[in-house]
Parts: sequence; C-alpha cells; structure tokens
Amino acid sequence: MSTTTVLKPVSLQGARLPKWAPWGVAVTAVAVAVAAGLAFGLHSRVQWGLIAAVLFVLGTFALSAKVEGRRQAKDRVATSLVWVAFLLAVVPLLSLVWETAVRGVKVLDGYFLTHSMGVVADAEPGGGIYHAILGTAQQVGLATLIAAPVGVLTAIYLVEYGRGALARAVTFFVDVMTGIPSIVAGLFILSLMLMLDLQPFGFAGSLALAILMLPVVVRSTEEMLKLVPNELREASLALGVPRWRTILKVVLPTAVGGITTGVMLAIARIAGESAPVLLLVFGNNFINANPFEGAQASLPLYIYQQYINSAGSTAAYDRAWAAALTLIAFVMILNLVARGIARWKTPR
Amino acid sequence: MAKRIDVSGLSAFYGAHKAIEDISMTIEPRSVTAFIGPSGCGKSTFLRTLNRMHEVVPGGRVEGKVMLDDEDLYGPGIDPVSVRREVGMVFQRPNPFPTMSIYDNVAAGLRLNGSYKKSELDGVVEQSLRGANLWNEVKDRLNKPGSGLSGGQQQRLCIARATAVQPKVLLMDEPCSALDPISTLAIEDLIGELKEQYTIVIVTHNMQQAARVSDRTAFFNLEAIGRPGKLIEIDETERIFSNPSVQDTEDYISGRFG
Repeated sequence: MSTTTVLKPVSLQGARLPKWAPWGVAVTAVAVAVAAGLAFGLHSRVQWGLIAAVLFVLGTFALSAKVEGRRQAKDRVATSLVWVAFLLAVVPLLSLVWETAVRGVKVLDGYFLTHSMGVVADAEPGGGIYHAILGTAQQVGLATLIAAPVGVLTAIYLVEYGRGALARAVTFFVDVMTGIPSIVAGLFILSLMLMLDLQPFGFAGSLALAILMLPVVVRSTEEMLKLVPNELREASLALGVPRWRTILKVVLPTAVGGITTGVMLAIARIAGESAPVLLLVFGNNFINANPFEGAQASLPLYIYQQYINSAGSTAAYDRAWAAALTLIAFVMILNLVARGIARWKTPR
Repeated sequence: MAKRIDVSGLSAFYGAHKAIEDISMTIEPRSVTAFIGPSGCGKSTFLRTLNRMHEVVPGGRVEGKVMLDDEDLYGPGIDPVSVRREVGMVFQRPNPFPTMSIYDNVAAGLRLNGSYKKSELDGVVEQSLRGANLWNEVKDRLNKPGSGLSGGQQQRLCIARATAVQPKVLLMDEPCSALDPISTLAIEDLIGELKEQYTIVIVTHNMQQAARVSDRTAFFNLEAIGRPGKLIEIDETERIFSNPSVQDTEDYISGRFG
C-alpha cells in the first residue's frame, strides 16, 4: 500500500506586510545603528552605515519570513540588497559632488572664470582659471576633431564593410587601445616630440588625448551602427541606392543620436586627463591662446599644480576645488547635452 | 514598360551551402507570378537573385543566367545598383525609413539616387501614393513620420516607395504575412491594379492568396532539410490548383504534407 500525500487546499490569499514595512525596517535599522554607534563610541559614519545596511537586510528577512513565508522573504531580501547596493554606489558619488560644490563655490565667481593666474603667486589669494579653461577647450576640441571622424569612419568600416583578416586586426587593435594607460599615450607622443626636438605645446596634448579617445568612439559607434536594423539597409539597396549613399542617408541618420552620445561621453572621459597634459603641454600661468606653440594650461593639470605648489596655503586649495567644480560641471553639462541630443534624434 | 524575366540554370549559395539548384523559368510581363512551397525551400532566396539582393548577404553567390528582356543580370559589367533600379522589391515586414516623413519615404528612391527635378518630386510622390491606394489616408500628414502609420498602411507606403522609382519588375516577399485580413485585401487589390504596369512576382505562404492574385504559380520544394530547393513545376494558377502535373504539388496544395 502506497502512501499518498494529501495536498492541503491552498488559499491564494496570504499574509502580506503593509506597504510601509520596508520604510519602517529601514528607519528602525538606521535608528539602531546610530544608537549602537553612540553606545560603542564608533567615530566613523561609514561603520554606522554598514551596521544599518546589515540590520536592514537581516531585519527584512526575519520580519518577512515570520509574516509572509520563506519565498516572499527571499524576494524581499533580494529587493533590499539591490537598494543597499544602490545606496553604496550613490553615496560616494553624492558626497563627492557635495564636497566639491561646498569647497568649490568659495572662490568661484565671474572674476575667477575670466582671469588667468598671471603673476599671482601660488600661495596668495586671487587669480583665476581662464587660461586653464581655454587650454582644456582647445586641447579637447582638437583631440575631438581628430578622434571623432577617424573613430566614426573606423566603426563604419567595421560594421558595414569589414570582413576577414583586416577587420579582425582592426578590432583587435581597438581592443588593445582601450587598455592603454593615459601616461603611456603621453609618453608615446613625448618620444616623438623629443625626436623632433620640440618644446611642449597644446596640440601635442591633443594628439595623446585623441589616442585615448579613439577606441571609445569606435566602440560606441560600432554598437550604435549594429543596432540599425538590416531591413533598412536592404530596403535602401533594393531601391537602387548605392551602398555608400545608403550608409550616409539611411544608416547614419538612424544612428546619429547614439553616435553623438558616444562622442560626448568620450570627450567627457578625456577632459579629466592630467598625465599626458603634464608631459606634453607642461602648464602655464599665463593665457596662451595658440595651441600650436608654447606651453598651455588645462583644468585637471591646474588642479594638480595648485595642490602641489600650494605650500599649505588655503588660497591655492580653494582655487583647486573651484577648478575641480568647474571641470565636473563641464563634464555633467556635456552628458546632459548628449542625452538631450540622443532623445531629440531618436527615431520615433 | 514591364519586362520579361527568363531564368536558366540558376543556383544560389550561402558560402558552401547550396540553397537552390538549377532553376529555369519564364516570368511573363504584366502578370502576377506566385511562388509557393514549404519554408526553407528557397522561394525567397530565388526572389532575391532576381534583383541581385542575394549577394548582399555575406557569402551569397549565384550561378546561372537571369535575362531581363535581353540583358543578363549576372553578365560581365552589369552594375547591381542599376539592376535594383529596374527590379524593385517589397519586403516581408514593412520597413519605412524611421528618420523620414511619409513624403520623404516615397521620395527616398529618387532623392538618394540623386536623379530628380525638384518640381517633379511632388507629382511623383502623389502619383505613387495614389497608386498604392494610400493618398487619401495620408495626404494631410505627409510630413509626419512614416513609422506612425498602421502596419498595413506602412506596407502600402513601402509599395509606393518601391514604385516611385518606376521599376520594370516588382518583387514581393510575403508582403501580407505581417498584416491583418483587411490590410491583406487592400494589398491584394493593389497587386491586381499594379499588374497593368509591372511584372509582379510574389512569394506567399497563403495558397488562397496565390490562387486569388496570381496568373501563374510556381511550386518549390526540397527533398530534405539541408538539401537545395528546386522548382517542381510552374503553370497557369488555375491548372496548378485544379490539376497539377506533379503529384508533390497536389499533395502540398491539398495539405497532405508540408
């Protein structure tokens, strides 16, 4: 005689925690963590946060397992882990932006943005970053003028024409280029400069930045072009449109939003590079509007030099923070513009 | 002016794989020829060899002869781009250009080929849209994106786009398979009108459709999966559906296999 398992009639309705339960657990966890931190004399806020995070995850599991059952509890733990991970990622970012903003606004004004350091000594107050903004704009602009067309054309070759050994070799070298440390790109151009017996100048920095920018542009453009449905290419070819016009008039317009975003992000990446600029552009306290002759300044280099040459002076620190804030704002604005263009150009 | 297509000894390959083998047939001008047969038998591949779209696929290769009136499409010195201007194509899924308006979609063939007079463009667009029975539905929103139309309207837009460059032959690869019965009916009526001017070849899985719209029907089949597809027979549609000369055709049409 075999034993048969008798299934209990299952109700579709189970006990559920109220909607505010996660918030309640979170608030309790933070309160307990603060209390524990004060009681045990823990100074670091990071420790408080970690205690709160662990309590939040464990508390959620215990409460949910008790009320709702194990399956629901696992679901809630996964959700709370995602939230904790999100906060872990966002907190440092926000704290960085906040810290930079608070320290940076002290000397950030119209005068600061429109004057160079000139003869202001590093330890004294005064001066500005006009020369550095000008240098960064010119060096990054020239680098983009080189890297964006070459990168986009390379990606077009890889996606639309590339077959066989050459395409594989190009893909391989683009991968390798992605991993080049910025200082190595700088040294590469520096060796050329030494061979030709040249003094530092802005365009040399642009060349190194272009090397760093190129693989980013190629990769992002490649991905965007691959997203263009093949049916559109075939539709155009079947109308008797030559391949190059198909690419120019059908494929590129369809992908232009994504390509622009990719180029903007690549610009944002190189705008913060200081190592190659230090080697090749050298830095300059005076305004030099000619990127092809003489040393120039740039924002990341300015920040570094203000810090190094500060001799402990708060004036130099304040200027470094203000320049850092300017740089972050520049990159953020570029990102927002890129998103705007992507949204505006995406076919609906 | 519609043109006659004369195919002899045509085989097509994807790399080393032979997709269709030794196909010969004549496609009459100003008539509708339907291709039927089970999936994978090479109907679409064969259709794409007729305007040299097969070679667009990497590894695509063709052997044999396709005569368009008295020119061999695969002869030396033939430009595939000019071939495609003579032999237009409508695809299975409606594929209007998403970045272009309805007007620009229809004008695309002329604009992208760079051979048009601006003054004539309006006329060509209106005429093509009227020809595709779409004019009345879209005349007030020519500048709206083509992707905002319904599936059936999009397909008629694609037909208008294909006819705007005034090809001699129109190839249709399952043009109704993504459409509802009402849109299908609209396209079938349109095919009936278009055959006054064009040579039309249509691939379809819908045998009633083949029976409704076509004058001649070709039945394709393959011996086994992985073997090349072959033309079994081509004849007047009425004969194919009532009294085919090959047993396989009768089996397929009556639903005994495939």
